[in-house]
Amino acid sequence: MPPILELDGLKKSFGAIVVADDLSFHLGEGEALGIIGPNGAGKTTTFNLITGALGPNAGKIRFQGSDITSHSAALRSRSGIARSFQVPQPFSGMTVFENAMVAATQAAGLSGHKAEQFALDILDKTELLSKANQTAGSLTLLDRKRLELSRALCTKPKLLLLDEIAGGLTESECTALVDTIKDVHASGVSIIWIEHVVHALLAVVDRLMVIDFGRKIAEGDPSTIMKSPEVEEIYLGIAVDA
Amino acid sequence: MFAAGLSLIFGVMRLVNIAHGDFIVLSAYLGLTVVASTGMHPLLALIIVVPTMAAIGYFLQRGILNQTLGDDILPPLLVTFGLSVILQNLFLAGYSADPQKMDAGALETASVSVAGLSLGILPLLTFGIAIVVIASLQYMFFCTSLGRAFRAVSDNQDIAQLMGLNKRHMFGLAMGIALGVTAIAGILLGIRTSFDPTAGSARLIFGFEAVIIGGLGNLWGTLAGGIILGVAQTIGAKIDPGWQLLSGHIAFLIVLAIRPQGLFPRVSG
Ligand SMILES: Nc1ncnc2c1ncn2[C@@H]1O[C@H](COP(=O)(O)OP(=O)(O)OP(=O)(O)O)[C@@H](O)[C@H]1O
Ligand SMILES: [Mg+2]
Repeated sequence: MPPILELDGLKKSFGAIVVADDLSFHLGEGEALGIIGPNGAGKTTTFNLITGALGPNAGKIRFQGSDITSHSAALRSRSGIARSFQVPQPFSGMTVFENAMVAATQAAGLSGHKAEQFALDILDKTELLSKANQTAGSLTLLDRKRLELSRALCTKPKLLLLDEIAGGLTESECTALVDTIKDVHASGVSIIWIEHVVHALLAVVDRLMVIDFGRKIAEGDPSTIMKSPEVEEIYLGIAVDA
Repeated sequence: MFAAGLSLIFGVMRLVNIAHGDFIVLSAYLGLTVVASTGMHPLLALIIVVPTMAAIGYFLQRGILNQTLGDDILPPLLVTFGLSVILQNLFLAGYSADPQKMDAGALETASVSVAGLSLGILPLLTFGIAIVVIASLQYMFFCTSLGRAFRAVSDNQDIAQLMGLNKRHMFGLAMGIALGVTAIAGILLGIRTSFDPTAGSARLIFGFEAVIIGGLGNLWGTLAGGIILGVAQTIGAKIDPGWQLLSGHIAFLIVLAIRPQGLFPRVSG
């Protein structure tokens, strides 16, 4: 499989704090990669670098074979990179449907009836259809997370970046979400998923990577990695599973 | 309507445009030039002046103002203040300090009588156009994908970019539309009263008052704010001509004292 995304020697620091330290990894077409690591390890920052919200101090990012390091966030989104936020960030003054429509028309480039139908299909899949006309600001946490996912899916992503989307959900809410993500994965979308709720993660990903202090410290088969000494050390004294 | 442009710019970009008053005067002068060189009716000149101002708005935003927008509100204030000074001096150099006016012929004095009241056609027309313009802006904002894009950028710029929106382009469009609307106001102003190079400043204050009375970011509120100020000025003028402007400001203060958030605060969330 040719890689859809390659990170090559990425470096990023905020003043004295190094948040990405010579970080390199790749993601195969259609693959699902899980990322774990302690708080402040630089996981979210990695997503910010991939989506273009932050520029790296050094290193290259390639998407579908071409160098996108200097592309704007808007351009990257139109070429198929989407993300969900750890803390949901809907357009809170707009309705759920309008949120989805912005993504469908601007990023996916659909228009008119087609865009509407597409947005509604996605909202149906994420179980938000009944709340389509509610303002996003009035949603519960679960629904905000669903909206994060819906809006990302409405951009018709080839690469979907999920940032702790299962955090703070109840067991059954989490199961429903995992099922949706499995469907998305099955439809051929490549996924990188940052998650502290490890059992949810393990239900979906093909490969697992551990990041600490901006460095990749382990990578490979999920169950092997979970048993590795590196992971035990990081999570020493902390319940791995929420 | 002039105030609607101001409201639009603030709503989408959180940009306070000090030069806005001078853009209305610029539109009036452009109208004057078009009328003088082609001999067409001032209202027809709208066909030329509106797109011109819209283009000026777009390129001004992309060329200069976008560079000043950031977390700090001061740089855009300073730059638009500078623009204001430059524009006023350009008017002075190009059109002299004398008050000028556009001639719209019979339209200016024509009136109809409704239920015994005699109403001027021009004020009626102005009011009608204002309603149509604000209704179309409102429709654009809430029922089209361009409007959704504007609201998305206004809501959260960073996320909007992740939805494929180029915020610089969107800001340019917002400024273009705002100045296009301002151009309509400018032409109508130039037909209604005479204007001179410094007429913009008074307009700016008037515009801000209308925006604030109406509630920031609410276009219909802005229209209502404008009407309240207009009525207050008319009543003031009846009492004593010197009271005209003062009573407008007093009305503004009264509204602020009673409802600091404006009459119709933005409905969101
Ligand atoms: N814009 C920024 N400016 C300065 N420091 C930042 C910025 N963004 C992140 N940091 C810092 O970089 C470090 C890594 O942050 P990051 O959000 O990537 O961690 P994370 O791995 O996602 O953690 P968590 O599991 O808590 O979400 C933290 O110490 C954070 O305070
Ligand atoms: Mg994080």
